[in-house]
Amino acid sequence: MVTKTPKMTDPKMTDPKITEKPNPALPSGYSGQQLVDLYKGMALIRAFDERQLKLQRSGRIGFCVVSTGEEAVQVGVAAALEKQDWIFPTYRQHGMILQRGVSVTDMANQLYGNANDRCLGRQMPVHYSFKEINYVSLSSVIGTHLSHAVGAAMAAQYKGDDAVMVTFIGDGGTSSNDFHAALTFAGVQKAPVVFYIVNNHYAISHPVEEQCAAESLHLKGVGYGIPSIKIDGNDLLAVHQATQEALNRARAGEGPTLIECDTYRMGPHSSSDDPTRYRDAAEQEAANKACPIGRFEKQLESWGLWDDTQDKALWTELEQTMVDDTNLSENVGEPTWESLFDDVYAEVPPALARQRDEFMARESQFPRENEGEFPL
Amino acid sequence: MATKTLLQGVNDALLQEMTRDDRVLVFGEDVGLNEGVFRATSELQKRFGKQRAFSTPLTETGIIGVAIGMALYGLKPVPEIQFADFMYPAFDQIVSELAKFRYRSGGEYPCPVVVRMPYGGGIRGGLYHSQSPEAYFCHTPGLKVVIPSTPADAKGLLASAIRGDDPVIFMEPKKIYRSVKGEVPDDEVLIPIGPARIAQTGTDVTLFSFGAMIPVCMEAAEKAHEKLGVSVEVVDLRTLYPLDEATIIESVQKTGRAIVVTESPKTCGYGSEIAALIAERALDSLEAPVVRVAGFDTPFPYTLEKLYVPDALRVFLAIQDVVNYQ
Repeated sequence: MVTKTPKMTDPKMTDPKITEKPNPALPSGYSGQQLVDLYKGMALIRAFDERQLKLQRSGRIGFCVVSTGEEAVQVGVAAALEKQDWIFPTYRQHGMILQRGVSVTDMANQLYGNANDRCLGRQMPVHYSFKEINYVSLSSVIGTHLSHAVGAAMAAQYKGDDAVMVTFIGDGGTSSNDFHAALTFAGVQKAPVVFYIVNNHYAISHPVEEQCAAESLHLKGVGYGIPSIKIDGNDLLAVHQATQEALNRARAGEGPTLIECDTYRMGPHSSSDDPTRYRDAAEQEAANKACPIGRFEKQLESWGLWDDTQDKALWTELEQTMVDDTNLSENVGEPTWESLFDDVYAEVPPALARQRDEFMARESQFPRENEGEFPL
Repeated sequence: MATKTLLQGVNDALLQEMTRDDRVLVFGEDVGLNEGVFRATSELQKRFGKQRAFSTPLTETGIIGVAIGMALYGLKPVPEIQFADFMYPAFDQIVSELAKFRYRSGGEYPCPVVVRMPYGGGIRGGLYHSQSPEAYFCHTPGLKVVIPSTPADAKGLLASAIRGDDPVIFMEPKKIYRSVKGEVPDDEVLIPIGPARIAQTGTDVTLFSFGAMIPVCMEAAEKAHEKLGVSVEVVDLRTLYPLDEATIIESVQKTGRAIVVTESPKTCGYGSEIAALIAERALDSLEAPVVRVAGFDTPFPYTLEKLYVPDALRVFLAIQDVVNYQ
């Protein structure tokens, strides 16, 4: 079944009037292939997000969160990490999963909450867990994961491992209890952790100016004795380089770093959100012009690494891949009913086993496809 | 075998497990150099160093959050919350994160943190050094909840908690930290999490309780025997979740009368769960209604604490009521 869905915007959101200064020299430390791959990484996330939103708008998945406009942060950080480093994400860093090699279908299984979802459909879409790439399971609560990153970093430090934890929080999340708790601990312990404030200017509808009276959010880190910087979060290479420096510091035992990435949430907070209620079209349009993907594409062109034909081919291919790979998750079916009772504890305790067995023996015998059916 | 206090039982378990397994780390407010405000962490920093036993910044949510991160990375953290009354800032971490990590990750991320916290009244601690918040934890799937009442159980249950793969809320009855003494084996002790302990067998009435209310129940049982000629069974639940339902049902089938004694407020307290369980599974055995002897539905008072916390008299009167029930 194909449902017509509105296209969110042009996939690249490029403003033809913006021109980067032509600079034919490649940035030092990067090969041409690396730069093209970084661009493709951002495009992959954008294409995935476009697909998610289509699936949601056509009623095929219940909910989604897109990261449109924040691709440079995700790719810039992911590209600098080593395999042993861990990611403690919010719900808007899912692009890093793709960067670490997980398939689109595996991610879509989670969005559908189907039997192939490794979390067995227990969480809302975008609450991923992929242990093999050290992408740690997240909750919907804002900020709680920050101190987990610090604890894991202290554990790595204790064990003498060379691993660094990276963790993310939005501008709104810097107001949470655990932001304070995590930075307090990290500073005192000199934990090998990098905090990213992804300042996309909105906590759902609440603008950053009304979130905090500080001149800049990165200043919060200073109060905890943590070296803190603010960078252009839509500048892919700036994110990459700042991350490399922070990781080096952490690996050298010099402790945490806080990096505020100034970016903009070009899309809605989630599929349930309507940004036109709280921000005007002019602001949105101006922000779209700073799109990190369009901006980097122009740079690639200026370095002679990319052209329009290649670009069109890339987006066409990505769109098709997304359709094919997410379709594989569509008809998988739901997890077994017994699985509802697993993984609460290492072993199912007797009282819970009784609940399960009573349910399976009696109520489960009445087939119910949808909530609220009364088959008697 | 030596006679020790309940507090020493706790300390023994920490020493034993830290010696056995270098993944075990102990931390919390004042637990390092100061060895804890109750001295439950005596000798730990001296023996194992600052890396494994240390004092933390004053943020309960941070203490539990950091412990969770350590457990995710493969360590066995045993954080201390200085008083159970101070766990509320960490409640979000305990309920939203600690309890749910294994489930929400499809089993990928177990989170075996053992959270120790002294709880309960009887030390003239007023509203904020006296509460018994066990029911909140028992209402949270994913947590195990354990409360010892003897020194040997304190040692054996805490050691088992640390060796397990699940998060455990280990609540210590601070009122009887030093007043209750008992034999504690010098060697390794492991008491499994789950089974209740029958503290005293009897035939006419069963008292179900745990922690600091066990000595109160024992005294009431003695008085009932002396003054009423009633034979009282006392069941020390020890593990509040997962609950030893079989022992409870069997005891009620034998005695036909059940009283649950807790010090937390009565409404939706742990006694309500036991009463409901008995109503569901042993109604036909009952000779009298199930009675809850509990704290009142008030905040915990300071001056009138002696009225709030159930004492032997209140339990005795409840025994009298159920044996006289027509």
